[in-house]
Amino acid sequence: MDLVSIALGGVASGMVLFIVSVGLSVTMGLMGFVNLAHGGFAMLGGYVIVYAMDAWGLPFFVALATGFVAVAAISIVLERLLYAPLYRASELDQVLFTIGLVFVMIAAITLGIGPETQALVLPDWLRGQTDLGFISYRTYSLMVIVAGTLLAIGLWLGFERTRFGAQIRAAVDNRRMAQSLGVDVGRLFTITFAFGSGLAAVGGGLGAEILGLDPQYPLRYLVYFLIVVSVGGLGRVSGVFFAAVLIGILDFVLKLYYPKGGTLFIYAFTLVVLLLRPQGLFGKRSG
Amino acid sequence: MTPPGFAAAQALAARHRFKWWEVLPWVAAIAAFFLFPTYLSFGTQVLITILFALSLDLVMGYAGIVTLGHAAFFGAGAYTVGILALHFGWNEPLSGLVAAAVVAGAIGFVSGVVLLRTQGLALLMVTLCTMALLEESANMGAAYTGGFDGMPGLEFAPIFGVFQFDPLFFRAQYLYALAVLLVCFVLVRALVYSPFGESLTGIRENVLRMHAVGAPVQRRLVVAYTISAALAGVAGAVFTQTTAFVNLSVLGLDRAAGVLIVLILGGYGRLYGAFVGAVAYMVLEHTLAKAYPTAWQLGIGIVLIVVALYARNGILGIAETLRGRLRMRRAS
Repeated sequence: MDLVSIALGGVASGMVLFIVSVGLSVTMGLMGFVNLAHGGFAMLGGYVIVYAMDAWGLPFFVALATGFVAVAAISIVLERLLYAPLYRASELDQVLFTIGLVFVMIAAITLGIGPETQALVLPDWLRGQTDLGFISYRTYSLMVIVAGTLLAIGLWLGFERTRFGAQIRAAVDNRRMAQSLGVDVGRLFTITFAFGSGLAAVGGGLGAEILGLDPQYPLRYLVYFLIVVSVGGLGRVSGVFFAAVLIGILDFVLKLYYPKGGTLFIYAFTLVVLLLRPQGLFGKRSG
Repeated sequence: MTPPGFAAAQALAARHRFKWWEVLPWVAAIAAFFLFPTYLSFGTQVLITILFALSLDLVMGYAGIVTLGHAAFFGAGAYTVGILALHFGWNEPLSGLVAAAVVAGAIGFVSGVVLLRTQGLALLMVTLCTMALLEESANMGAAYTGGFDGMPGLEFAPIFGVFQFDPLFFRAQYLYALAVLLVCFVLVRALVYSPFGESLTGIRENVLRMHAVGAPVQRRLVVAYTISAALAGVAGAVFTQTTAFVNLSVLGLDRAAGVLIVLILGGYGRLYGAFVGAVAYMVLEHTLAKAYPTAWQLGIGIVLIVVALYARNGILGIAETLRGRLRMRRAS
């Protein structure tokens, strides 16, 4: 494979990592909540999207939107009922709760749908190759890259240029100060949590082609999502974006050249980054 | 006349003394040996998990180091005795335990010196990555570790040259694991009630103040981490010796998360939380998996959620709350 197609493949999987992880980064930055169940929302979304296309015959983008709305709605209910009482609990109780939630999600999918891998049936216009002039590449991967980039720009604008984004940034930097200035951090959190879970759902659907989709998904990729978030820095949209693309390319190249044990380098990379910069490559030093 | 605070001082001074109920777990373990002769293989696994959770309690419950990678040391111990037995013919079990403790302790020391400067999410991630690095190394060093397939069919010499490991009924294995657990438990118990243990609790509760009173915080944490790693290594070694095989599962996130669940479920920072948690979690998992092979995770997940929401501090936390209420009622 030549350099360009390797780069494109890596960037495409980086985009999926970004779309899934960005919500986790913001919610963890806001509340310091260790949400190990985040990958579960991505999985649920993937299933909703595959099902919506399969059973209801919805077009691809409508199915993605359905997945977003459905999972965002589920996550609002879960956040109000189950997450909220645990905000002041210890880190360990949060870990116990979110692992329990992942188990329930895995079991629910296994029981309701079955343990087998789900295939995303792509519409015709997304299959095959597209000629870019200098290279021809998989249309689907190109679409993922475009979608991810647009989303990243949109999120960045929302984060840096709107009042709501400014409130989130303020609360991530100093929650108590933001609260005393009249920012309703609880409401802020509910909204970002729902939005982040919805995005994870879209990522689960978009990435089904690249990461696969089966009941073990939330645990298998948990480490990857956590790596992206911690390397990118908590509560930073741009940081998560660069980290995701970096990890995506690294992973793609390593899987290509060292299929056995290539992930070793990703773990080593993360280890070194976090030892030198515990706040992440792009994060601000806190306190 | 007694000076003010006398009762509190007395309670503190008597804290380390053995209480009558501390015999109960050991009586129960012996009773289980006679009552459930067909479940001794499962019982051995429970004992190993207790020891593993106990080692985690030392760093997480007492020193407050939240780690997601404690299986690194369990796996290091497990692979140490496996490699020694298969490639070097070193299959004497007791010296194998010592070797496992030394190797796991050494890894704990080196990684502790480097890792324990971080906190929070970064600490969680660097411990996780260290474990993943070991797992990948074990996967790649197939010549020594057997790679993905691991090392099945290991053979170990009889304990003290007398008691043969019994592949059918696990009688010797059970008693062996119980004895190792007892020795390690006495050690941990003495440690947490010593001034060293007190300073660990101090670091957990208020790091800044411990720095201010001049305690060598970093050194204390590294020592605790090293001892805990050695104990986890012993647990892993017993695992390999009693099951006669070792594979990548000893190093995985599943095992690290599992022991974390066991400890939080039982109640961390309480010594006996490891016992209660291991028995509760493993019995629950075992019965559910048997009754509902496809849906057992649902039951466990619900239990974990309910415990996290309504029973802070785990099962022992519930017991303490109940006891406190009873005392209040008596007093009024």
